[in-house]
Amino acid sequence: MDQLLFARWQFAITTVYHFLFVPLTLGLSILVAIMHTKYYRTNDLKYRKMTKFWGKLFLINFALGVATGIVQEFQFGMNWSEYSRFVGDIFGAPLAIEALAAFFIESTFLGIWIFGWDKLPKLLHLLSIWLVAFASNLSAFWILVANSFMQNPQGFVLNNGRAEMVNFFDLITNPYVWHQFPHVVTAGITTAGFFVMGISAWHLAKKHDVDFFQKSFKYSVIYGLIGVLAVCGIGHAQGQFLMDVQPMKMAAAEAHWETEDPASFVAIAAIDEEAGENTFSIEIPNMLSFMTYNSFSGEVKGIHDLQAEYEAKYGEGNYVPQVTPLFWSFRAMVGAGGLMVLLALIGVVLLKTGKLQNSKLYLKVMLFAMALPYIANTTGWLITEMGRQPWIVYGLQKTAEGISTVVPASYILISMIGFTLVYGILAVVDVMLLVKYGKKSPEALEEAPTASEEVSLWT
Amino acid sequence: MDLNILWFILVTVLFIGFFFLEGFDYGVGMLNPIVAKNDTERRIVLNTFGPFWDGNEVWLLTAGGAIFAAFPNWYATLFSGFYMALFLVLLTLIVRCVGIEVRSKKESKQWRNTWDWLIAISSFLSAFLWGVAVTNLVTGVPIDANMQFAGNFFTLLTPFTIFGGVVFVLLFAFHGALFLKLKVGSDVILQRVKSLADKLGFVLVAAVVIWVVLAYILTDIYSGLLALACVAFAAVALVAAVVLQLKDKKGFSFIAMFLAILFVTASVFAGMFPNVLISTLDPAWSLTIYNASSSPYTLKVMTIVALTLVPIVLLYQSWNYYVFRKRITAEDVHY
Repeated sequence: MDQLLFARWQFAITTVYHFLFVPLTLGLSILVAIMHTKYYRTNDLKYRKMTKFWGKLFLINFALGVATGIVQEFQFGMNWSEYSRFVGDIFGAPLAIEALAAFFIESTFLGIWIFGWDKLPKLLHLLSIWLVAFASNLSAFWILVANSFMQNPQGFVLNNGRAEMVNFFDLITNPYVWHQFPHVVTAGITTAGFFVMGISAWHLAKKHDVDFFQKSFKYSVIYGLIGVLAVCGIGHAQGQFLMDVQPMKMAAAEAHWETEDPASFVAIAAIDEEAGENTFSIEIPNMLSFMTYNSFSGEVKGIHDLQAEYEAKYGEGNYVPQVTPLFWSFRAMVGAGGLMVLLALIGVVLLKTGKLQNSKLYLKVMLFAMALPYIANTTGWLITEMGRQPWIVYGLQKTAEGISTVVPASYILISMIGFTLVYGILAVVDVMLLVKYGKKSPEALEEAPTASEEVSLWT
Repeated sequence: MDLNILWFILVTVLFIGFFFLEGFDYGVGMLNPIVAKNDTERRIVLNTFGPFWDGNEVWLLTAGGAIFAAFPNWYATLFSGFYMALFLVLLTLIVRCVGIEVRSKKESKQWRNTWDWLIAISSFLSAFLWGVAVTNLVTGVPIDANMQFAGNFFTLLTPFTIFGGVVFVLLFAFHGALFLKLKVGSDVILQRVKSLADKLGFVLVAAVVIWVVLAYILTDIYSGLLALACVAFAAVALVAAVVLQLKDKKGFSFIAMFLAILFVTASVFAGMFPNVLISTLDPAWSLTIYNASSSPYTLKVMTIVALTLVPIVLLYQSWNYYVFRKRITAEDVHY
């Protein structure tokens, strides 16, 4: 029992931590590539400065993403070896392809991009950052193909006591991944947009390098607005899709206990999971039906009926995930998304009317708004993973059956504490450096001193 | 040749790539505080692998992914069985990776010196742990009838496996020295590297000889002709690398070292074949390329993917090394 608890906590800690860095990498790689393209086209040094300034922050973030990513691949075998045996025939393939097709390009061309300024033909150098952006997002695709199998398994047959692949194309055409992947990519775009907006706003409020940061703000607010509108739209489609393939996840996220037609939407509620009801709630009539079917009527199954259905199908057991964290995570995600739409729209208006510079309050708010995409990204994954419980592979294997039987709870606890400590220290280092470089003047960064120019720190 | 054998060879190739490429990264990381005495020199040394190290590390990720995809039972038993060792490997990789990126991002002697040593220690520990792990593959580990590891962390630490760790540290340190001789553009550093490598070479040859003799006595990995041939080639290549280094033949000694690492790795895998994890409890319980493998369909899919992509990876990674072939001076640093 402790094994399961620790292994799940470790997965949660390492995955949430890893995913603090990933969306920014996904989105900022594209934005930096756009800036670099502008520099390539215009030869205007302003854009070179932009590329380098935001590229620097991209690199600091990227290193943390890489460092924490290796843990992700290893821990399936370390903590979840019975899961790995059960699905390895299917799950290993996208992981291996992710490394072969994406990580190699990403890491190699990032090295080329960092060191290639003034050493490579300009077009080739530009191409290298686009390859980084392409490969980062491609890696997201492959890992989500793997995750989608856990959520909505297809293209397999149960054979030799495990799930075996029968059709690779079923794996990559899983409708689950084609909802999830665009959602993650646009979440990355949103994250990068708000990251650049936030730092630009801080500088604009202080009247530092106004031209530079106004330009950066312009790029990022458009980029972020596109991202956040898309992520919300796709998220809506995804919600409807989930109603169909994982109705329990959605019912739990909406604290929707009883089947209703038309179904009302629970805006906020006090949830009693033991009793299986909301002791208090504010509801909007017909709204849940509308969200599900785009029409104000239609039956939406509740948690209790779904539980009964699953018991009939899979045998006795508890098939209800933890409703309270799912419910509030869902609200945090959607709330953060809605706020971001609003803030990005205001930003566009202020920019268009030339009032951005003097909107002290807005600029201040935008610094704190940098937290919004992180809240949405984290809670989004909590819904995805916690909402799948008690399954590790939906309908095929329970989470409790997936853990490594030979690893004692004490080992998992030790490694969990170890990772948490190291991750904690690295978070401090990362934030410190992001703040340091985020506060710098772009002039100071444009040409980082080489070792010979910099006075040697010690001799 | 069936696909199980092909995938065993592919995994071997991925580990050869990893040990060869990441091997000199580890070596450079370990040697840095020893051969570079001030900040400028440290930066020169670290930047010799600047554009390469991240791509080199992906060889490990790919090897891990390949084992998972092609031999899921091997992946499951190995990673859960070697739990603590892999946990430590992960910590060292994280610290190294972050250290390289952040060490020059603050103008503080204490900050940079601390990270230099953290990079050195984590490189050292990584190398050591890989040596321990590889030697455990050679000796075998307690695997029960259900393909489960039946030991604990200390089962993996025997005098022989610990000695294996030492051998890997020496191997990668020497390999790193050879790489530095090709890449460093500072005579002061080069001299220090040369005099260190002169001594290191002899110790390395002695250690490898002892390791091979111990492996011959304690295990039966050299019972096959292929493993024997590989270990013989490895010996010749290693001695050649050491002698060529003494004569300051920089390019040739590095090539010889590549062959040495290739054949050392190949000899271990050839010695295990067709096992992938030898059981010390009962040979019948060993994991093999057949009982640990994926289904024929998955192997076929992965074969198509790997045979298409690996040559392309080799092509652009080689190009990367070609583009940044120049020696590193104080003008070319980023990290």
